[in-house]
Parts: sequence; structure tokens; C-alpha cells
Amino acid sequence: MNGSFRQSMAWLHTWVGLLLGWLLVAIFITGTSAYFREEITLWMEPETHDSTLTPNTLDMAVAVLNDKASDARSWDISLPSARHTVAELRWQPLQQRQQQGGGRHRGESVSMDADSGQVVEPRDTAGGNFLYRFHYQLHGVPREVGRWVVCLATMFMLIAIISGVITHKKIFKDFFTFRPGKGQRSWLDAHNATAVLALPYHFMITYSGLLLFMTMLMPWGIDAAYPENRRDFFSEVFSRGGEEAQRPGNPAEMVDIKPLIAQAEAHFGKPVTRIGVTNPNRDNAVISLRVDRDPAITARQRGGDPVQVYNGVNGELQQTLLPSEDPVAPSWRIYNVFTSLHMARFADPLTRWLFFLFGIAGSAMAITGMLLWVNKRTQQLKRDQVPGSSLKLVNGLNMAAISGLMIAIAAYFIGNRLLPVTLENRGDQEIQVFFLVWLAALIHALLRPNRSGWQEQVALGTVLWLAVPVINVLTTDSHLFTAVAWQHPALASVDLVCLAFAGAGGYTFWRLIRKPAPAKRAPRKKPAKRTTPSTTAPAGENA
Amino acid sequence: MTPRSITSRTLAAALGGYALSALCAMALAVILPMPRNEAVITGILVAFLLCACAAIWAFSVRSAWRAWGGIALVSLVFGALYLIGSPS
Repeated sequence: MNGSFRQSMAWLHTWVGLLLGWLLVAIFITGTSAYFREEITLWMEPETHDSTLTPNTLDMAVAVLNDKASDARSWDISLPSARHTVAELRWQPLQQRQQQGGGRHRGESVSMDADSGQVVEPRDTAGGNFLYRFHYQLHGVPREVGRWVVCLATMFMLIAIISGVITHKKIFKDFFTFRPGKGQRSWLDAHNATAVLALPYHFMITYSGLLLFMTMLMPWGIDAAYPENRRDFFSEVFSRGGEEAQRPGNPAEMVDIKPLIAQAEAHFGKPVTRIGVTNPNRDNAVISLRVDRDPAITARQRGGDPVQVYNGVNGELQQTLLPSEDPVAPSWRIYNVFTSLHMARFADPLTRWLFFLFGIAGSAMAITGMLLWVNKRTQQLKRDQVPGSSLKLVNGLNMAAISGLMIAIAAYFIGNRLLPVTLENRGDQEIQVFFLVWLAALIHALLRPNRSGWQEQVALGTVLWLAVPVINVLTTDSHLFTAVAWQHPALASVDLVCLAFAGAGGYTFWRLIRKPAPAKRAPRKKPAKRTTPSTTAPAGENA
Repeated sequence: MTPRSITSRTLAAALGGYALSALCAMALAVILPMPRNEAVITGILVAFLLCACAAIWAFSVRSAWRAWGGIALVSLVFGALYLIGSPS
């Protein structure tokens, strides 16, 4: 190999980072948004905003269910939470509809305004889940193809991390090195800073990404140890629980649930979050009251919430189910910790924001790496030498992946507010807006892979992100100047983050126009926009 | 590095590395002295790391031959361990 170990690792790091770098930028940006996917989905369904939990919510929920599904096999009520303003009412109808392609019967569901008891029908939207799903399976391609591509990028990322650490000579000293205003040097410092300062996070998010798809990527071990039936592995580890429900009995009056909830809450010392009723309005009705279990990221993922089960007719406590006390094996603990951290499971709001910032750091790491590559090759151009097609291509693709993607996400939010509520396939149309705008940004980027192109995209991005809260004022009753938005912090936060991104975009634009490309002294065309980085400002909006 | 060397090493890292990690997962799943499902997950945890290391190996050794050689050797070891440990 040419030269030393460090040099070959530098070569490997550059290539493995560059080849799928744009995809990694997109994965990081959309994945970072996924920490707040429930909040984003909430923001994108304004019809659900004006809803708060009251003491009457449960009664109203039962009333709705009795109205719509009094003879259902089972009911399931999720009360409003910090991240969800409306009550979700689900039920399994008596006559199960056949699912297409045979699968578990999903049942029916409605959302209910928690203080008025009205059924709400939020506009059809994919919400934050579109961005979330995009980050691990892309869109518009068969699911497994998307996942394999993302996992390939993830493995590239893992190799990039390892080779990056090997090649970094003075990793601890460089911790505190940042030299702004020095062109390529500064980009390298920014790349190092964002990479090294959050290195544990980057390693965790990458390795755990692979773990989350272990069944798809590495099933061989499972099959080797469970040659008769692979499912035994899953049933051993990921217990689904739930015994066969009894057939509905004779009609009977159900007991009032509220006192039972008070009893369960007294027992567990926590609020009941979910109420299940099997065979409602029958003599063999059973009521299950569930509370959230204590967060433990070493714990198994599914099941395990404490539940109290009551007789639905006379209100007698039948059993109290607690999470299994069985110790979790060390290797499973490792798996559970990594995967829980990846998804920020159990994260309280502060921790969630922290992970969001880490995700931004990860996005900045990938972005600065891509920009560094272009910057370095641009500075290597001799006088009067025009950038070659590959350099222009990378520069254009960088623009599309970075500023183009940010423009598209802003457009997605704007589309959510502006597309008519009654539009057919509205959810898909919103996603179409996202991709059409991204495509337009890509075309623009490939036509103008130079400083002006960057300025244009950053300017457009700034305008669009600023437009989101403004359009919110014009189209909803839950914008920044209303009480509702501040009652549910998620709503105000989305608007504030939009403003923050607009601010970062504005700052970036200012830096871009402040340093014009040198014209006379060295007639070197610098298509790679500016020579000074705009520090380590939050990613994405950082062109 | 010549294009041929790069191609060869890339194939070693990708195909060879994947095969290596699969064999590692299989071997550890059957040979580790712990309950089955624990052995399986341990094997998977190691396998992903080994795959990345195979790539590091492939591009740091002196020649593409060595790249293939090292990966093949370790794969054979895991293969043998699997055959020893597998029940039937």
C-alpha cells in the first residue's frame, strides 16, 4: 500500500466517506429530525392542536366507543401525553375484515379531542414519519432495497469512523484546534471538531444502525443456532405476549372505569396511559390499565409495561402484571443499550434535545467532510485552470444534498399548510412536493455548481425556513402568537427551530457574499463557493 | 495503488468481509457456551465489527493478495469452528 498505515487509512477514509457521502448527509439530516418525529407529526396536524386532557376525557372516550363500536371484540384507549394532544381510540370489530394479503387484523381507530369529546379527522399527512422512514429505507424504492442501500452507507460510515480515528495523528491535541479563515485548514478543523467531539455518539449511532437491521443483514447466526425454525429465536427474545381472547359473552353493563384508574394509579404511583377493554359491554369484559414502565435502556424492548387487570362487570382486581425481573444477559444488554440510544428511547425532553444536537453534529461532520473534499481540490487548481467535471459534479451533488435537502424539507412543511385539506391522497402529495423541490434543487445545483449557485440555494433556504412560521400564522390558530402553541411546547418549538434554521441560513448567506472570489490577483476560478467556513454552525442549513 | 489492486481489495473487503462476518456469526452462535439466543446476539455484535475491520485490513496490507489471504484465513477458522460446534 502506498506509504504508511496512516496514509492508507487516510485514502480509505476519503473514499469511503466520499462515495456515499451525500446519502449519509441525507440520512443524518432526516434521522436527526426523527428524534422529534412525533412532535413534527403533531405540528403537521393542526386539527388536533386544541385538545387537552381533562378529567372527563376518559368518559367521553368510552362514550365515543360505545357509539361507534359497542359490540367490538376489544377497545384500546390511549390518553393524551406530552407528545400527543388527542386521545387515540382503537377497536377490533366483531366481524374482522380480511386484511389484504392476510396479516394481523389492524382494526379501526379514531382520534378524539380530549376536552370536547369530538372526533377529529386530522388532514391526511405522513407527518414526521415520512422523514423518519426515509432515513432508514428511503422512499419510492422497494423497502428492502432502500434498507440495504442505507445499511451499505452505514457500514461505509463505520469504516470511515475507524479509519478516521487511525489516521488522525494528534487526536487529543487537535481536540481544541480550530483555525478559522484559513480555507481548507478551517474546513478540516471543523470536520475534526464535529467528528471527534461527538465521536462516541457517531460510533453508537452507526453501529446501532446496523444492529437494528441485524435480521436482514446477518441472519446466518440465527439460522445456524435455530436450524428448525428461525421464529423460535424471536419468540424467545421478543415476546409478543397476549393470549387468545375469549369469545364475547352475553351483553352486560360495564362498571365505571374511573375508580379503577384511581386504584391503579394509587398502586403504581404513576398515571395510567393506556386502557384496554376486551369484550366491552359483555359479562366477560376485562379491563387492562397500563402505566409506563420505569425507563431502563438495558431492558428488552417490547412488552413489560406494568398492567392491572380488572373484571369489567364488577370491578374486581384480577391480577397485577409487572415487568419480568429476569436479569438480562450481558450481550443482550449491549444490544438493548445501543438500540435504545439510537432511538433515544425513554428520553425526557432535555435528553431528546441533546440527541438532536448530537445529530446536528453528525450532520455537520458529514457535511464538512464533503465540503472539505471540494475545497481541497479547488485550492489545488492552478491559475486559470477550470474545475474539471468530476469536481463540478461533486460540488453540485454537495449542494443538492445539503442546501437542496434543507430547501425540500422546508417545502414539505409549507406544503402541509398550503395544500387543500380535502385534496385526494394529500399525504402522498405532500411527499411529492418534497421530492419535486429536491429534484429542482438538484438540477439547479448541477447547472450552477459554483459560488453563485450556493448563494442562491442558501438564500432560498433562508427564505423558505422563515416562511414556515409566517405561513403558520396565516393558516392556523396554533402559531407562535397563540396560547395553544405554548401550551403544547412541541408546537412552538417547531416554529422556533424553523426560525433558528432561517437564522443560520441568513448567517451563511452573509458569509458567502462577504468574501467574493478573488478575481485579479490569482485568476483562479473558485467554483467551490467560499474559502472561509461559517464555523461549526448547525448542519443542514450550513451550505 | 493500481486500479486492479483497488478493485481486488474492494472485492476482498466487500465480499470477503461479508463472508467472514457471516461465518463469524454462525460460528459464535453455535460454539459459545451460553444460551442459544445469547450466543446468536454475541455473534452478531462481533460480526459487524469484524466486517469493518476486514475493510481496514484489505486496504492497509501490502498487496491485494495479502488482503484476500488474511480474510480467507480467518474465514476458514470460523468455518471450522462452525462445523465443530454445529449440532448435526
